[in-house]
Amino acid sequence: MTKDTALEARLLGKRYGGRTRGWALRECDFALPAGRICALVGPNGAGKSTLLALAAGLLRPTEGTIHAPAREHLAYVAQDKPLHPRLSVADTLRMGRELNPGRWDDTVARRITEGGGFSSDTLVRELSGGQRTRVALALALGKRPELLLLDEPMADLDPLARHQLMGLLMADAAEHGTTVVMSSHILTELEGACDHLLLLHDGKVRLDGSVEELLAAHTLLTGPIADLAPHTVVESRTTGRQLTALVRHEGPVEGPWDTAEPSLEDLLLAHLRTTEGAPA
Amino acid sequence: MVEYRIDRRSGVATYLQIVQQTKQALRMGLLEPGDRLPTAREVVEATAINPNTVLKAYRELEREGLVEARRGLGTFVRATLGTGPADSPLRGELADWARRARAAGLDREDVAALFTSVLKEHFEGEDDR
Repeated sequence: MTKDTALEARLLGKRYGGRTRGWALRECDFALPAGRICALVGPNGAGKSTLLALAAGLLRPTEGTIHAPAREHLAYVAQDKPLHPRLSVADTLRMGRELNPGRWDDTVARRITEGGGFSSDTLVRELSGGQRTRVALALALGKRPELLLLDEPMADLDPLARHQLMGLLMADAAEHGTTVVMSSHILTELEGACDHLLLLHDGKVRLDGSVEELLAAHTLLTGPIADLAPHTVVESRTTGRQLTALVRHEGPVEGPWDTAEPSLEDLLLAHLRTTEGAPA
Repeated sequence: MVEYRIDRRSGVATYLQIVQQTKQALRMGLLEPGDRLPTAREVVEATAINPNTVLKAYRELEREGLVEARRGLGTFVRATLGTGPADSPLRGELADWARRARAAGLDREDVAALFTSVLKEHFEGEDDR
């Protein structure tokens, strides 16, 4: 792994339990350039949480390898945001400072907990789900990590808090060049914020690359029904005499159709619907 | 200082929205040569968009000669645009026209459609950026 790569997997696989169990993740190959904001998407059970836990070093691969920065340069916020319930918010942050000597950024940590509608002497167990998320994010960003791994970070936040915390996250990335990998189901949350995409399905990587390049490689077309060759069809639907399709194009798209570059949401939905194997 | 509003549903690329809004501010005289644009950090904290998007927009503005990046200091306005500052006679005439349109019973969308069609007629083929 070079220093321009923040996270790299080679033929990575993970199976929980014995040989009779299925693979949670298999043959995953990707390299995430440093400084990217990466969206990790896929249906439930695709392997997103497994991948993040492997990257965080909390799970060992069954096969293959994953390279991530050393523990002290990495922060991981799990879906259930484990925090000590009997500590106050202030004590939790103090613990963060003590565990990360020389690195801890108190200003950032305070900025995130302030505006959460709770005082710093509140006990963690008295916080709402969204407030706990704030404290967990404060701990993670206060650590000043090179790589930040977030598993469904914004799920229990209201839209205002989500926008605000996403803003703080982006500001941190702008200032320190932090690489961020975040899994989410909320596509609007990812559009605009993420510049890299990793789409998992059934434990395999289905799409991997810069959002700009992936969008430019695909075309959304509508028009009369006609042969789509030589383009690779991701999804197509016909309604009466009209065809709507998302293709990965081979050369320019010439034909009787109206064409447009898809949005990230168009691209994700088309790939997710196809991998689901069910008509929309 | 300008503040950017990002509309994720507009279908216009985010970086282009920043370019357009900066130009709009230049046309309206809200930004003048020497003014500093907000830093990428300030923009992304307020809008929750990717930092590279802001940098891309600023590079585009720089390429067009409208702003210049000064190392360690920020991005500054170099030039102004158009002839329509906030208090120009043209603006006054347009405001008059809008009042008449409204008095004639046109709603906002009717006015926008009318304006767009006239724009199209007179600026055919020009870059709409």
